[in-house]
Amino acid sequence: MEPSTGILPPMNKPAPQPLDPVAIRREFACYRQAGAPLVYLDSASSSLKPDCVIDAVANHYRQTPANIHRGLYPMSEAATAAYENAREQVRRFINAAAREEVIFTSGTTDAINLVAHGFGNALQAGDEILITGLEHHANIVPWQLLRERRGIVLKVVPITPAGEVDPTDFRAALGPRTRLAAFTAVSNALGTETPVAELVALARAAGAATLVDAAQAMACCPVDVQAWGCDFLAFSGHKLFGPNGVGVLYGRRERLEAMNPFKGGGDMIRAVTYERTTYNDLPYKFEAGTPPIAAAVGLGAAIQWVEELGLPRIATHEAALVAAAIEQLAALPGVELVGRPRRRRSIVSFQLAGIHPHDAGTILGTNGIAVRAGHHCAQPLMDYLGLPATIRASFSVYNTPEDITALLAGIRRTQEILG
Amino acid sequence: MSDAADLYQELILQHSRTPRHFGPLPQATHTAAGDNPLCGDRYQIRVQVDENGIIRDGAFEGVGCAISKASGSLLLDAVIGHSRDEFERLFQDFHAVVRGDEQSPAAIARLGKLAAFAGIWKYPARVKCAILCWHALRGALAGEHSATTE
Ligand SMILES: Cc1ncc(COP(=O)(O)O)c(C=O)c1O
Repeated sequence: MEPSTGILPPMNKPAPQPLDPVAIRREFACYRQAGAPLVYLDSASSSLKPDCVIDAVANHYRQTPANIHRGLYPMSEAATAAYENAREQVRRFINAAAREEVIFTSGTTDAINLVAHGFGNALQAGDEILITGLEHHANIVPWQLLRERRGIVLKVVPITPAGEVDPTDFRAALGPRTRLAAFTAVSNALGTETPVAELVALARAAGAATLVDAAQAMACCPVDVQAWGCDFLAFSGHKLFGPNGVGVLYGRRERLEAMNPFKGGGDMIRAVTYERTTYNDLPYKFEAGTPPIAAAVGLGAAIQWVEELGLPRIATHEAALVAAAIEQLAALPGVELVGRPRRRRSIVSFQLAGIHPHDAGTILGTNGIAVRAGHHCAQPLMDYLGLPATIRASFSVYNTPEDITALLAGIRRTQEILG
Repeated sequence: MSDAADLYQELILQHSRTPRHFGPLPQATHTAAGDNPLCGDRYQIRVQVDENGIIRDGAFEGVGCAISKASGSLLLDAVIGHSRDEFERLFQDFHAVVRGDEQSPAAIARLGKLAAFAGIWKYPARVKCAILCWHALRGALAGEHSATTE
């Protein structure tokens, strides 16, 4: 603690120090080991992993590689404790009311599919599920499959020309048969931040349950499931500096208790006879089989790392980068920004006039600039925009203004070659 | 900067900027769509084949990246005036090289101008762009969508 200077009254909350991305890079092996400068602008696909996460996974396998919830010996007990500690870290991070409401899955996709089965299979023909025009395929296809199974109706709230979800349109699409509204907190394709709390409130007022796809939100926005009031929330570890293969479904306890299991197997049962099976308590009822134990421990380490950096500082850092990127891209001839949301997180999508995004992506890639070029698993959104694909740059804690300079130089080079 | 210069060679850039045989072909006998939903590339390829199995004329139109467009242009350049069997042999040779299964100087030389695509195996995500029109033409000749409405 620094001593008070005595000049200014002591502040409860000192202004946070800005993030130092250059110092942060030292914690990432892929920056230390990069032969050529690494311009990684694809964290929306997957973030890079800091040493502490890699070490947590490796140490878990070194020290406590036993299975959980089964062994009566110390190593298994230690593994169980580590896994359950990760669950508690997630609970705190998203402010769930209870650890039973935190279910480990293999990722966002798996979490949404869990809801599509556990919650969706109880729906009747003609019941409606509402999504928005911003959704990732992971929040479209499970509902289409449910439509095939149960005859539900899938409704889509159209987006505005700016790429936003207008709450008025959302409210208009809710009806007496809307059972679930499932929508993203941050669009992975356009960067739009949706008004989650407002949409949840509208859906609840209409008597519908809510699922928030927080895949893109976790690494940049404070997420508070109780403040939002959502029934479900899904995210992936690998977009939050954590390992692949682990994700989370948050579910409000009453909802989860009313649901049937998604997958059957070991660990999710209390007693099995050939005649009948009684299911285990929450959260285990939804965690059939051996879960991704080490990955969950790694996710816990990632969450701790993010908490130490501080989400408000992360958000400030990324907002400055994305604002600078937008300003500089918009000033560059031949660049067309795709989507103009007023509330945006650290993602910007654009087109280069007369150049296919994949050609641009290849040339940028060979110049060490990693961007995503494609439909971003949001083909219906791309169809709506009338584009086959876009180029997407996304920013994270380790990105610097120099990364933007490099991106712009790469774009000019691409235009020279292909123009 | 490396610029993927081995991929975006001058010949490929020329054919992508001003593709040859680009447009409709009213007298087509065979046609098929080449569609890559992943990239949004979509072409219609059309050929006129005579009773001896010779590809008399051909054309393609649609939208796509520089690689797929240049490949369609150079493909038609190479096969017009040749038999269906010759196309099939070229198809095999081209595939082996662009996938990187065959990289001998002789095999690459056999491709003539199409040798410009010989380095694309180093960009695995782009190989499908180079072969899109080829699959469309093969489909057209095999009678998939052979009933042309033109
Ligand atoms: C908004 C959104 N939802 C869902 C997903 C799917 O995540 P995962 O592939 O980790 O299951 C993604 C990943 O790109 C995403 O961006």
